[in-house]
Amino acid sequence: MNFSIYDFTEFIRSIHFWLTGIFSPALADVIGLAIIGVCFLLFVTLLGLSLVYIERKVAAFFQQRLGPMRVGFWGTAQTVADIIKLIFKEPLVTKNSDKFLFNLAAFIVLIAPFMVIGAVPFAKGLHALDFDIGLFYITAVSSIGVTGILLAGWSSNNKYSLIGAMRSGAQIVSYELSVVLSLLTIVVLTGSLRLSEIIASQSDGWWIFKGNIPAIIAFIIFIVASTAESNRGPFDLAEAESELTAGFHTEYSGIRFAFFFLAEYVNFFIIAAVGATVFFGGWMPLHIGNIEFFNNAMDVIPPVIWFFGKVAALLFLIMWFKWTFPRLRIDQLLTLEWKYLLPISIVNILLMSLVALNGWHL
Amino acid sequence: MSNIFSLISDKEKQSTSSATETQEYFVNMGPQHPSTHGVLRLLLTLDGEIIRKVEPHIGYIHRSIEKMCEKDSYQQIVHLTDRMDYLSCHINNEAVCLAVEKGLQLEVPDRVKYIRTIISELTRLSSHQLWWGVMGMDLGAITTFLYGFRDREQIIDIFEETCGARLTMNYNVPGGVMFDIHPNFQKRTKDFLKYFKEKLPEYDELLTGNVIFTERTKDIGYLSKEDAISYGVTGPSGRASGFSCDVRKKDPYSAYDRVDFKEIIRTDCDSYGRYKVRIAEMYESLHIIEQLIDNIPEGDFKAKTKAVIKLPPGEYYQRVETARGELGVYIISDNKKSPYRVKFRSPGFSNLFALDTMAKGYKIADLVAMMSTLDLVIPDIDR
Repeated sequence: MNFSIYDFTEFIRSIHFWLTGIFSPALADVIGLAIIGVCFLLFVTLLGLSLVYIERKVAAFFQQRLGPMRVGFWGTAQTVADIIKLIFKEPLVTKNSDKFLFNLAAFIVLIAPFMVIGAVPFAKGLHALDFDIGLFYITAVSSIGVTGILLAGWSSNNKYSLIGAMRSGAQIVSYELSVVLSLLTIVVLTGSLRLSEIIASQSDGWWIFKGNIPAIIAFIIFIVASTAESNRGPFDLAEAESELTAGFHTEYSGIRFAFFFLAEYVNFFIIAAVGATVFFGGWMPLHIGNIEFFNNAMDVIPPVIWFFGKVAALLFLIMWFKWTFPRLRIDQLLTLEWKYLLPISIVNILLMSLVALNGWHL
Repeated sequence: MSNIFSLISDKEKQSTSSATETQEYFVNMGPQHPSTHGVLRLLLTLDGEIIRKVEPHIGYIHRSIEKMCEKDSYQQIVHLTDRMDYLSCHINNEAVCLAVEKGLQLEVPDRVKYIRTIISELTRLSSHQLWWGVMGMDLGAITTFLYGFRDREQIIDIFEETCGARLTMNYNVPGGVMFDIHPNFQKRTKDFLKYFKEKLPEYDELLTGNVIFTERTKDIGYLSKEDAISYGVTGPSGRASGFSCDVRKKDPYSAYDRVDFKEIIRTDCDSYGRYKVRIAEMYESLHIIEQLIDNIPEGDFKAKTKAVIKLPPGEYYQRVETARGELGVYIISDNKKSPYRVKFRSPGFSNLFALDTMAKGYKIADLVAMMSTLDLVIPDIDR
């Protein structure tokens, strides 16, 4: 096995050969898929745990306090302790609620991020699903989650949950448009929806730098709209603690609540990952045109670190929003989307087409 | 079976006939709800997210303080008032003490007047700091809460050094204050003034200038001057509707007639106006303390009173300006060691009932903002 941190293609291929050497081809494929599934399961769990911890710490430092400090070194085991508590907590179901839908909702919410995370390119060759409509797949599948939220609100038999779910439905469906349009703005330049090709097209510079002004506008719209789509502050109307107690997941407890929580954080990661991939070159190191020595120096840093570094930077940016801004009101939220972001993104995509036609981009 | 089907089809017919109409529904906001900040229950009539009616139901934290006063001596009444509006406890204490002193026709030393005024203004500042933090939190900006608490802590530490208590201070007694101020008091207060003058612009930076914040508060929760007066909305909430009602100006007590300060009046009549009045009041409070802190006269910290106070028969009324508005203390005495009847006119009670007028036609999220700008303290409403 020739393992290299810079290129996982050979490594993955050798695992595949090793599997086909032992098992029949069909069985090898199944086992291969199972291994990938287990890897993602572990990854998502670790991701949820670490993101919750990071968010709590970041929030604490924004607010001039220390955050979790008691469990483990600097409170690192705090989220583990929380999860153990949630697992052993009694899952309460409200009276007269639709129990089937109530239980189903928590799973639907978790399905969407699991389906999407397979299409995220982590590093060169470390990419489970790379097909020619990758970006389309991500935007399409990530909206399955809203079904779960609507079901949760509907089946809880709680008015606060219902209001939260209705808000969330209106919000996610609206902001989906801007997210997709802002991503398409870059697709105009790449000419492909395949994520590996989008990354390859940025080997001489990231689109945020190469794509002229429309790329920057698209990035700003993407960050705003995707923050809204993931129900995070300042767009966290669906849970709006001070108005709706906890919104659509008011009635959930125990492990089902943990599912909602986990799904929220995985979605959060996916947004940053998609943003990093489309605007900041994914795992592609920072390259400037054909300056050989600079590009080679940047290549020393492994792609995995580039990818997670960019994701972390975007995550921090979105966390910064959440811990600084007050929350919008539902009508203001929809006004922002339908009267400002959507028209701007439509004009922006036309502008980008003009840029691409005239070759004004780098 | 056919019966069941016919029933279902009847139901369906009904639902299709009213499909275009929306139905009003009720939501119980409280008694346990994060933004009522206590055990207040609001019965909301909603049409979608739009508020049609707000019915406050109070009494969940009623402790019959007024009745308890009838059994206690005048010194004991003072500490009960801590438990009303616990964020302006010192000012509540002062109200009772002033009323009792009025009855005794007792002239307190100047030193007491100065100390009371300084601590009242510190109390007002700490209350407004907490309000500012909570206001941000109600609108979803949780960070402000911790910023407010950070600065409030400095004042609470001064209180702790002065009288040993951090929240329910019980520092006033009829005739003066319980102990003389701590030797460090003046220095620490001046340090705080310097510290907070730098920090106060941060408040504006974090919330006031924010687009989302102004959008959430401007033209929201309109309360006209006429409504404010007829509901008896006082304090910063009333002054934001253009109702000049600052007791410190209208009916000066303690040392307020010796200091120069402005009564903040705005005519916005909305949540933003109420917010701005409180922010401006913080600057005024700093200004008042600055004038007094170096000029505390020497003398006794307490006038001589008898161990058992008996007020001459009659009625005594004293009003003061708490952080929330006008607090009135009405004592009827029948020459016994405890009063015949005590009535508190609490600002929170009057302010709360203007909520229905303010909230009609706005959304749930606006109601939360309005409640924040009214700065309700529930134990003050129930007593």
